[in-house]
Amino acid sequence: MTTPQEAVIRMYAAREEIHPRETKGRYASLRWACVWLTQLLFYGLPWLSMHGRQAVLFDLGSRKFHLFGLVLWPQDFIYLAALLILCAYGLFLVTAVAGRVWCGFACPQTVYTEIFLWIERQFEGPRSSRIRLARQPWTFAKAARKGGKHAAWLLVALWTGFTFVGYFTPVRELGATIAGFGLGPWETFWVLFYALATYGNAGWMREQVCKYMCPYARFQSAMFDKDTLIVSYDVARGEPRNPRLTASGAGDCIDCSMCVQVCPTGIDIRKGLQYECIGCAACVDACNGVMDKIARPRGLIRYATENALALRLDPVQVRQRILRPRVLVYTAVLALLGMAMVASLALRNPLKLDVIRDRGSMGREVEDGMIENVYRLQLMNTTEDPQRLRIAVTGIASARVVEGEVVELAPASTRAVPVRVRVNPGEAMSGSNRIVFGVASIDGHGLQVSEDAVFLVPK
Amino acid sequence: MADFFNGFWHWYIAVITVLSILGCGILLWTQSTHRVKLRADGTPEKTTGHVWDEDLTELNTPMPRWWIVLFYLTIVFGIGYLFLYPGLGAYTGKLGWNSAGEYKAELKQAKAEYGPLFAKYAGQDLKAVAHDPQAHAIGERLFLTYCAQCHGSDARGSKGFPNLADSDWLHGGEPATIKQTIMQGRVGMMPAMGAALGSDKDIESVAHYVRNLSGLTADPIKVAFGKPKFASCVACHGAEGKGNPLLGAPNLADKIWLYGGSQETVMETIRKGRTNTMPAFGEFLGEEKVHVLAAYVWSLSNPPITTAAAK
Repeated sequence: MTTPQEAVIRMYAAREEIHPRETKGRYASLRWACVWLTQLLFYGLPWLSMHGRQAVLFDLGSRKFHLFGLVLWPQDFIYLAALLILCAYGLFLVTAVAGRVWCGFACPQTVYTEIFLWIERQFEGPRSSRIRLARQPWTFAKAARKGGKHAAWLLVALWTGFTFVGYFTPVRELGATIAGFGLGPWETFWVLFYALATYGNAGWMREQVCKYMCPYARFQSAMFDKDTLIVSYDVARGEPRNPRLTASGAGDCIDCSMCVQVCPTGIDIRKGLQYECIGCAACVDACNGVMDKIARPRGLIRYATENALALRLDPVQVRQRILRPRVLVYTAVLALLGMAMVASLALRNPLKLDVIRDRGSMGREVEDGMIENVYRLQLMNTTEDPQRLRIAVTGIASARVVEGEVVELAPASTRAVPVRVRVNPGEAMSGSNRIVFGVASIDGHGLQVSEDAVFLVPK
Repeated sequence: MADFFNGFWHWYIAVITVLSILGCGILLWTQSTHRVKLRADGTPEKTTGHVWDEDLTELNTPMPRWWIVLFYLTIVFGIGYLFLYPGLGAYTGKLGWNSAGEYKAELKQAKAEYGPLFAKYAGQDLKAVAHDPQAHAIGERLFLTYCAQCHGSDARGSKGFPNLADSDWLHGGEPATIKQTIMQGRVGMMPAMGAALGSDKDIESVAHYVRNLSGLTADPIKVAFGKPKFASCVACHGAEGKGNPLLGAPNLADKIWLYGGSQETVMETIRKGRTNTMPAFGEFLGEEKVHVLAAYVWSLSNPPITTAAAK
């Protein structure tokens, strides 16, 4: 007996670079539209002004988030949670209906990769030249092309990092401080970090982010069903492949491999649905172009559902199947949550009150035997107008605020106001009595807020 | 190092840390390759060679190389971190960083940030500061943070803690005196007079006399008995019982009582004395903050109060 021969295999492999071919077509145009839309929004928003300040500014220092007319405080953090839940349900819905369209068209990873690929094409040319350049030994010409590309990438990345920090530090001031080399350590760090992340992810990592880093990519497939629209190769129509267009009765696929060349994740869609597929439909555009040239109907590769291909459903039937229970439930939950969030934002009380009883003294007897308690009222004006407020107290008939029942709050500010409350002797039981503080605006802003408190009467 | 009671534990921690890092490195190294059998055609198996439940095998789909490089980078980071920062037993790190130093740096930064504001007020007269709306707002916040625990949010005190919003002062109500009180603190000492006065009856008489000074109900006969006995008290409280701010002796002829004005309470005060302390805040807050605070406290009993917001 001879011992079986063994070999050493590697558990980790080097990444193989992908050079996707440029595509033209309906979906490529749609993606570029998404790139323009999202990036105009991202790069443009910080430059908008409103009420004499930046319209969208997440001011971490003073813990205020400005969103156009809205000022959100740490107390409003729940809305961030609500927003995340809304996004999650939006994702569930879109994924159940049309698969990974987010990945293919709107995800920043896709969008920036698209921008960086465009830059790459300007310096290194189309796919074939890029492959040739990659194989060439290092020459001055190659270094110049590559260097130019990286310089351009870094410029875009730095501008992106600058814009990102511009959401947290007023972008105009930020520009001025950078110009004067006066940037603080944290702003410098975040500009560079975000720039480096953009450069690394969109320039170098690309599909690696989707394949190995993105959790969303992995759990999305769990939300697919047989009626989810996915980029599909029509096997029945395409096979057997017919490379030279000679065989009669053969399929429509001429094995031109265009669908593989355009794929940003380097897969062959003809092998069926794979986890790497980000649903960008580049292969759909490419194949449609080829079908036009060989005078065959479009749609050999198309958005189709598993059931549509298996049961040969027509488009109307596919559309009917969109209205299935899971989609309806997602839509209902999404609509309900969306309405709840909008309603809660609209009805949000911009005046907040917290009552803190003085712990130093229980209750004290003042002139004529009246009992006095001291409170500290933490008042918060989240509007951008100054507020004149009147503090009132109810719950015990003779309870009233002694002095300073009218206070003024500057726009978007908080203030702790000491308040003395007096009650006639004998009117409240000794021990603790429930009272209610009510704070209402005087100038007709119609704001009102109330809070329970305890009034102590010594024995 | 104070963190360990002997040198052994310092080494114990350091050795465990270093061995763990080494162990991680070795684990990564050994797990990045794998021995598999060769198939009949001489190419290696496409599976990792692991078999579960008799026939369940694992296809070898290699992870990207940068993935394991990230793990190696964490080791590099760990070594760098342990070199620069304290973490390896008693070694304090190349940077000499510690949380106490960070605290000091933050204090210094805060001082640089707010210093000029306080310095501006420190150069002004206390009464001028008291009428500055911004200084008033700062003073209010300082008061609520450092003073309200004893004197109350409204500064009106409670038993044993003086009311700062009336015009009665134990040690004097001039702005400069208030500032001195906050800076250096005060100790109020009323000695126990029980033994000096004599019997309980004598104490009762003096209490009646003292209550009579404030116009409270008192037995005229006992007041008359108490009057000569009050001679023991005049050294501090004065012949008319009007007190002496230099000694911190309260005015007994007004209606303000720090501990209460009932017959029993006054007797208890005379018999056992009272000791009270106002802590010194000078060192803790610094003179500039105390300056703003003193102006705020003075303004409480010297209206008009002009707050930034309340008018």
